[in-house]
Amino acid sequence: MKPIKTPQEAVANIRDNSSIMIGGFMCCGHPFSVINAIVETGAKNLTLITNDAGYPDIGIGKLICQNRTRKLIVSHIGLNPIAGNKMHSGEMEVELVPQGTLAERIRAKGAGLGGVLTPTGIGTEVETGKQKITVMEKDYLLEIPIEADFALLQAAVCDKYGNCFINKSAKNFNLVMAMAAKTVIVEADKIVEPGELDPEHITVPGVFITTIVQAKKEDTVQKVWN
Amino acid sequence: MTEKEIKRTRIATRIANEFPDGALVNLGIGMPTMVANFLPKDKTILLQSENGFIGLGPKPEEKDEDRDLVNAGGNPVTMLPGGCFFDSALSFAIIRGRHVDYTVLGALEVDEQGNLANYMIPGKMVPGMGGAMDLVVGAKTVIIAMEHLNKKGQCKILKKCALPLTAKGEVDIIVTDMAFIRVTKKGLVLEEIAEDTTVEEVLKNTEANLTVAGNLSRF
Repeated sequence: MKPIKTPQEAVANIRDNSSIMIGGFMCCGHPFSVINAIVETGAKNLTLITNDAGYPDIGIGKLICQNRTRKLIVSHIGLNPIAGNKMHSGEMEVELVPQGTLAERIRAKGAGLGGVLTPTGIGTEVETGKQKITVMEKDYLLEIPIEADFALLQAAVCDKYGNCFINKSAKNFNLVMAMAAKTVIVEADKIVEPGELDPEHITVPGVFITTIVQAKKEDTVQKVWN
Repeated sequence: MTEKEIKRTRIATRIANEFPDGALVNLGIGMPTMVANFLPKDKTILLQSENGFIGLGPKPEEKDEDRDLVNAGGNPVTMLPGGCFFDSALSFAIIRGRHVDYTVLGALEVDEQGNLANYMIPGKMVPGMGGAMDLVVGAKTVIIAMEHLNKKGQCKILKKCALPLTAKGEVDIIVTDMAFIRVTKKGLVLEEIAEDTTVEEVLKNTEANLTVAGNLSRF
């Protein structure tokens, strides 16, 4: 059985300079309750690894806009103009990574691989500083694994062993991130007893999960898009 | 319709008619998304959404919006019968692994070598590449959907891209409000022109060298 904690208890070890992976794609499949608890702690100089910078006022956007983030590793920041401003002013470092490469670099860490070879980025600025490797007469970039101190996930249902069912397009980065961090916190809309989830319908095996958090009701119903 | 809408509709309609029955297609954000509205009814075209599913359907009514079902722009959509969900790693395995037949993307610049620049203007617009670099490298056929000229009336089909590239040599087809152009090893071939233009007009508005196809047609 995995410990079930409040959002505040779950994030107690997240301190200044922590590196954190956050599941979600434009705030779909995004652990709002846990992020709000981090905002309350005041932790700063965070490194966030996530698909995108979200929207300014909710979820990850709060950690960016309230000056808690030193570095972002993301594929896209286009819908959060404040993230763009901070990047241009040099206030926040932004490493832009092609989305498929981001997923594979995280997966590589979680799967015990030394990196991945991808054709994505060949002939572009993305190849700067990277090793190029030719396999069967085709060029690839060596992209190295990404790890983090924490991963924050969102699931529709989680059983007390940590097995998660993630709904529809909320899966996105939650699955690979579950494997790639030292401490993995999953925020679930609903927590059930072992056996209540059909083993055929598990998105994330519970072995990766450290801590389970019950999502706050208000965070499970909010509409995020414009 | 405004002049802009007419242009965009023409581009989207021409691209929608390019896909064979059963094609798996990924449509980028913006004008490429419009292509979905003009898909021929007699063909089954599967749309992929790179955030994690195949079977992308139209926008739902507000009462049916589902926070767990959004497109790659983060907006609510629906799932058509026969669709399926997956995570980001699998989604990009589908993309990079050459399982997507067509990707349709916008462009800032395209050039004679099939190079594409569509993800940043240094110092001005740096939104990040999102999934575009993987899509352009991985899809079997890359179609660019764009207006022939930019907002300032300047050419976008160039001898050589000046902006940072999204990918090198990956573009196959360029469809604009004036022309349907194929990228070949010998350069750009003008295969079709729009019903309200002439070859001379197209050549005048294209910096890149264009070879006019012998069997030039209109769309």
